[in-house]
Amino acid sequence: MTAEFRPPSAAACQGCLAAPVGPVEDAPKDARIALSLPGVHCQVCITTVEHALSDLPGVHSARVNLTLKRALIEADPEVRAADLIPVLEGVGYEAHELDSGALQATQTDRAGRDLLMRLAVAGFASMNVMLLSVSVWSGATDATRDMFHWISAAITLPAIAFAAKPFFVNAWSALRVGRLNMDVPIVLAIVLALVTSLWETSLSGEHAYFDAALTLTFFLLAGRYLDYRTRAVARSAAEELSALEVPRALRLTGDGQEEEVAVAALGIGDLIRIRPGARMPVDGEITEGRSELDRSLLTGETLPVFAEPGLAVSAGEVNLTGPLTIRATAVGKDTSLHRMADLVAIAESGRSRYTSLADSAAKLYAPGVHILAALSFLGWYLYSWDVRTALNIAAAVLIITCPCALGLAVPAVTTAASGRLFRKGMLIKHATALERLAEVDTVVFDKTGTLTAGTPELTNLQDHASTDLAVALALAEVSAHPLSVALTRAARAAGIVPAEITDVTEVPGYGTQGQWQGRLVRLGRATWVGAAQGSQTAAWLSVGEGEARPFFFSDALRPGATEAVAALQKAGAEVVLMSGDTTLAVEALARRLGISRWVAEALPQDKSARIVRLSEEGKKVLMVGDGLNDTAALAAAHVSISPASALDAARVASDIVLLGQDLAPIPEACDVARKATRRIRENFRIATVYNLIAVPLAVAGLATPLMAALAMSSSSITVSLNALRLR
Amino acid sequence: MDVLVFLIPISLFLGGVGLLGFIYTVRSGQYDDPEGDSHRILSDEWDDHPRP
Repeated sequence: MTAEFRPPSAAACQGCLAAPVGPVEDAPKDARIALSLPGVHCQVCITTVEHALSDLPGVHSARVNLTLKRALIEADPEVRAADLIPVLEGVGYEAHELDSGALQATQTDRAGRDLLMRLAVAGFASMNVMLLSVSVWSGATDATRDMFHWISAAITLPAIAFAAKPFFVNAWSALRVGRLNMDVPIVLAIVLALVTSLWETSLSGEHAYFDAALTLTFFLLAGRYLDYRTRAVARSAAEELSALEVPRALRLTGDGQEEEVAVAALGIGDLIRIRPGARMPVDGEITEGRSELDRSLLTGETLPVFAEPGLAVSAGEVNLTGPLTIRATAVGKDTSLHRMADLVAIAESGRSRYTSLADSAAKLYAPGVHILAALSFLGWYLYSWDVRTALNIAAAVLIITCPCALGLAVPAVTTAASGRLFRKGMLIKHATALERLAEVDTVVFDKTGTLTAGTPELTNLQDHASTDLAVALALAEVSAHPLSVALTRAARAAGIVPAEITDVTEVPGYGTQGQWQGRLVRLGRATWVGAAQGSQTAAWLSVGEGEARPFFFSDALRPGATEAVAALQKAGAEVVLMSGDTTLAVEALARRLGISRWVAEALPQDKSARIVRLSEEGKKVLMVGDGLNDTAALAAAHVSISPASALDAARVASDIVLLGQDLAPIPEACDVARKATRRIRENFRIATVYNLIAVPLAVAGLATPLMAALAMSSSSITVSLNALRLR
Repeated sequence: MDVLVFLIPISLFLGGVGLLGFIYTVRSGQYDDPEGDSHRILSDEWDDHPRP
């Protein structure tokens, strides 16, 4: 789409003007252009693309990132992405402009790097301290043991201060508002272990927990890093989807010239040119031109609407046949696209009540651990009247119960499951989406664009005489209207040869006409060829004699739609079809797919209200939809999926994005989600078993640092291995 | 056991060198494009002279 918006060739002239004025280095900052290159895959591609780009005048440097399949270009400010794309297409690579503002790659990178650095420091320090501890456990005594302990302390204290900072920060922000989270017991355990170990070391005692404190930090950071990576991958893919839609519009200047501007720069009253195939950037009123509009993303209706001067249009509608000029009546936040956001915000407030498995485990776990440690401290103090022994044992209890395995239990499983679903073409955007998906028992599908591909299919080819078909094909071939394209495809596939027609012209908004054997022939809207408008999507052919003949179209099913619905029903889920389209179209599709419950002509509010009602009945609803009219319903549902072809607003409102065309991964995703939740619960159980064995020993005062290290490492490793079984 | 006086500082120093090396690689963005780097090594484009 970007190629259509090629700017007027002003770039060359600006270059000439800039030359004599001062040094070029002081010119305004270099433009950074990001291009998405879905086709690059090898070393030759990298070299070709980088060469092609850096040979262009004005480009300073170009670097391909093969992992992200992107090229980053530093160039003079007047170089535009639209100039670079044809160059890359010339060397054989498909390229799309990415909105570099929407990518924010540098910021997310920094957080990941920071976490990786802390993980490395914790790993390095814990290995060194562990080596020293092993020699203590294997029998170092007296001065040697004290020296080893002091060296361990010297490594541990700065390492913990740096590596465990995220935990300190999180725990503090939770405590400040009077709440407990997973990080509070972690911080307490680390701090208490360090304090008692230092105290013991200064009294040349036998037990020090420096190694335990560091390994704990290391394992927990590993969990955090996995969690971060999973989310970063999903976020960067989601950002890339929205960055592909660079919001530009063609504004008409006073003297009738077109200029390309960002949509944000449009104001009320501006005249905007909409080319065929383009989407309305703002709400407005048509002032010039005739065409047809596709409103399916907004309303779910598949029938194109006739457009003529005076008609009000909303942002998001697609212009089909002729160029239109509109006068903007609402821009930016006031457009109907944005007003939908209020509906979404209301619907979303219901969902935030979901507590993740990890949170509910933490709620049980955090107070339990604190009470247990406090009780063992009190008990031992009352028994021996010795603060040192009591504190030592309380520290041992905290270290041994510390949620090492719990911290890994959820991220390890989510990473494995998300990775598996990503390979199947599903992007998990929300952290708890998998857990919620596992509970689903009702699936609500939208029709247009979700179960159907949004491309029409000719249904009554066999009803027509071959001469009619030949005329229709000849007329349809010259038009880019979706119905004409579908007719051409079907007729070509049936081996029809187009008739000889002269003076073929397309009349925007009506159809195409021409001269055939001295008669005027027309293919187009019912009223234009003199027929009655039916309820079904149709194009009518008039050959100058007899009645006009209808060509009926139905929406083609998306690949995998039948299989997905059947598999979901087989798995015991109730499938509901909910659409804004006409009753006839919805009923036909429901019957075709074997769906018994369906709702037609539903307004956006109706959709979300029905979903809320289903949830109130105790159902866990999965909503699959793509249109603007689905956004509120997507946000209201327990969990939601939208295809990558959906509008940005719908993708933002949904938890999972389907990257391919195929719907078949949906039932499989439910299956994987159920398995993942089972693994998470298993992991919690494994961690509990380890605690049940180790905690009594710790409370009894029999725990040693060696035991703590063994219990911690073995439970973390079992939990990670259990999670890997999902892949 | 006197040898520990040398061995411990030496081992800590060597480990520290490794850690600093790792920090350098993270800082200079060497983990940003692992897939691309594994392919770039196969290119003979800059074999004869370094990239200008």
